[in-house]
Amino acid sequence: MRGKVRLREHVMGWLFVGPFGIVFLTLLIAPLAYALYLSLFQKKLIGGTSFVFLDNYVKAFTDPSFISGSWFVIRFSLVSIPLQIIMALALALILDAVTSLFSRFSRLMIFLPYAIPTVIGAVMWGFLYSKSFGPLTDLFGLFGATPPDFLGSNLIFYGLVNIVTWQWAGYYMIILYAALQGIDPALYEAARMDGAGKWQIALRIKIPLIAPALLLILVFSLIGTLQFFNEPQILRSLAAGTIGPDFTPNMYAYQQAFALANFNYGSAISFALGGVVFVGVYGFLFLTRKRRSFL
Amino acid sequence: MNKKRLSAAAAMLAATTALVACSSDGGGGATTTSGSGASNCTNTIPKKNLPVVTMWGWYPNMQLVVDNFNKQNGEVQVCWTNVGQGSDEYDKFQTAVSAGTGAPDVIMIEMDRIPTFQIQSALVDIKKYGFDAVKADYSEGAWKDVSVGDAVYGVPVDGGPMAMIYRKDIFKKYDITPPKTWAEYEQAAQKMKDAGGPAFGDFAANVSALTMALQIQKGAAPFTYDPAQQSSIGVKLNDQASKDVLDYWGRLAKKGLVGTQDQFTPEYISGVINGKYATYVSAAWAPGYLTGAGVGKGKDTGKFAVAPLPQWDPDNPVQVNWGGSAFSVTSQAKNPELAAKAAYGLYADKESLTHGWTNQIIFPLNLKALNDPEFVNLKVAFFDGQQANKEVYVPAANAYQGVTYSPFGQFYFDAMTKQVSALIEGSVTGVQAADKLQEDVAKYAEEQGFTVQ
Repeated sequence: MRGKVRLREHVMGWLFVGPFGIVFLTLLIAPLAYALYLSLFQKKLIGGTSFVFLDNYVKAFTDPSFISGSWFVIRFSLVSIPLQIIMALALALILDAVTSLFSRFSRLMIFLPYAIPTVIGAVMWGFLYSKSFGPLTDLFGLFGATPPDFLGSNLIFYGLVNIVTWQWAGYYMIILYAALQGIDPALYEAARMDGAGKWQIALRIKIPLIAPALLLILVFSLIGTLQFFNEPQILRSLAAGTIGPDFTPNMYAYQQAFALANFNYGSAISFALGGVVFVGVYGFLFLTRKRRSFL
Repeated sequence: MNKKRLSAAAAMLAATTALVACSSDGGGGATTTSGSGASNCTNTIPKKNLPVVTMWGWYPNMQLVVDNFNKQNGEVQVCWTNVGQGSDEYDKFQTAVSAGTGAPDVIMIEMDRIPTFQIQSALVDIKKYGFDAVKADYSEGAWKDVSVGDAVYGVPVDGGPMAMIYRKDIFKKYDITPPKTWAEYEQAAQKMKDAGGPAFGDFAANVSALTMALQIQKGAAPFTYDPAQQSSIGVKLNDQASKDVLDYWGRLAKKGLVGTQDQFTPEYISGVINGKYATYVSAAWAPGYLTGAGVGKGKDTGKFAVAPLPQWDPDNPVQVNWGGSAFSVTSQAKNPELAAKAAYGLYADKESLTHGWTNQIIFPLNLKALNDPEFVNLKVAFFDGQQANKEVYVPAANAYQGVTYSPFGQFYFDAMTKQVSALIEGSVTGVQAADKLQEDVAKYAEEQGFTVQ
């Protein structure tokens, strides 16, 4: 009798997991396995396809395009992620401390860029950065100066940092804001009784209590940034000289697979990038492992 | 309780199946919009009972061309989709070729890309499907550009004989006459700069085909390639002529005599409209493209004129070509014979050709149009009534010798973009750029299994 119930619960469990399982297997595991399989072969224009085992990976990790692309996204992460998180944290703390109609309006406005698809955002910024009809031109023209060329090779890094920060800081702000709202106000009262000021409450109570949320957005942004693709791919049509097809590893994989028909090498680059992301994120979590974290 | 749970689970499963069904429908829909199916055409097919051939193409007047063909043809109807221009289309076609499914029956393709797809057996030799009937409609040179060895992989439609488009008003203001040689071009550019004028031209990283054409003009022969000996290819991208041309433009850019803006961008077009560039070294299709982008209208009407391409050696002028497209039959065509009928017939009727050349959408390669006095003597509105065809483009087209293109065009052009970009930035010299380009392309060719000579 008991066994029967357990079996039934078992079946029930699988039924509930089933829908997710099917989607997970067909849309994630199967393509991954296929890409892994592809990455072990090599197809030449002359000579056809042959099994090369890990040769594509050896090639990827010695390929200047892949190395420079990886180095770019790592540098990009180091600059853009702290910037986004500090901005998001500051905004969340301000909005948490101030309650007025204006703060609700600002919250919406700060969040709004996230609601714009990254592709549209990139196209828009492409125009805003324009040397001949962008607003920067008018602004700098007031002082008789030439505007900076954010699509040129010297400033493209900061041009992209700006786009990414504009797009994501609001989203991270909402996550942090939600975490702040979840803190029991009694804690603030107790702190005030102990003589803590606003700054001390923010630094010693609020930030430590939302540390798990901070870690979460750090990991999200790290993964997202290492896979950087949409914005540079769109801006490429405006600045093909500045943004080459191997600008980021993901773009390089796309170029290899879909423009040059090297699906095998493209798959290998994707997996190699997966390796870089895994090492990066795991290393980060290892460094920040603490008493308790969300993972 | 248990029953409730069971039915909840069942309902959820049903919902998922519906979702899965939905997504597979979506997938099917996606392939038809990409052109492989005949159910999703941009045009409406008038004769529904005839067999249908699918095609991709991006001529601005393609709709009219397809309608004309369908109206006049009693054997086959064309279902046309525009999946993007140039690289956008090639990426989709390349993916379809690799996947073995999803390609259209007929595809518009620039001539320099034919070997790239031919070597992958993605195109069909259409010689046996009615070639003799139309052979006389095109020049030897035109056929050469769409052939690999003896096999014919496309029907020529338009060419891109090159010339120098210039602003009459700016030339007049700075008292400059159209330069006949590249040395004069540089002098004129210097003169204009000294007088505080705009950039004389533009040296862009994203137009590798143009840079290649200018190198060929000086005597470069980037690729030598015998299709009977597919595994061996000659790559010569750092000969003296190639180096000289890169050096020349690198020097002009460094001195600030020409701009370095990527072309085909809103930025560049707005520059052309605002008179930021005194010349535009480009092909015969450029006026149509510029007009479509809004150049030469309103206050700019009649400000443009065209002169022959400047030469290195005026005693031995060389004419080159940039772009130009053909219609090819893909090896995924279910009925290659019918597809070839469409490829031969599209854009070959008088009505379409006339519409094409009067609006300067194409520089026709079809001799019926090329020899038509009306075409030759046309007073081109964009050039303020100048007889541009007679004076410049037709002689250039007649003197064009044809070129051997490489079977890895995309890689070569990307590598060129990279080097030209570095050259513009000033991190390499023209000579270094040419050497690096040679190294990169030769390495790629070897990786792809070629023996590089």
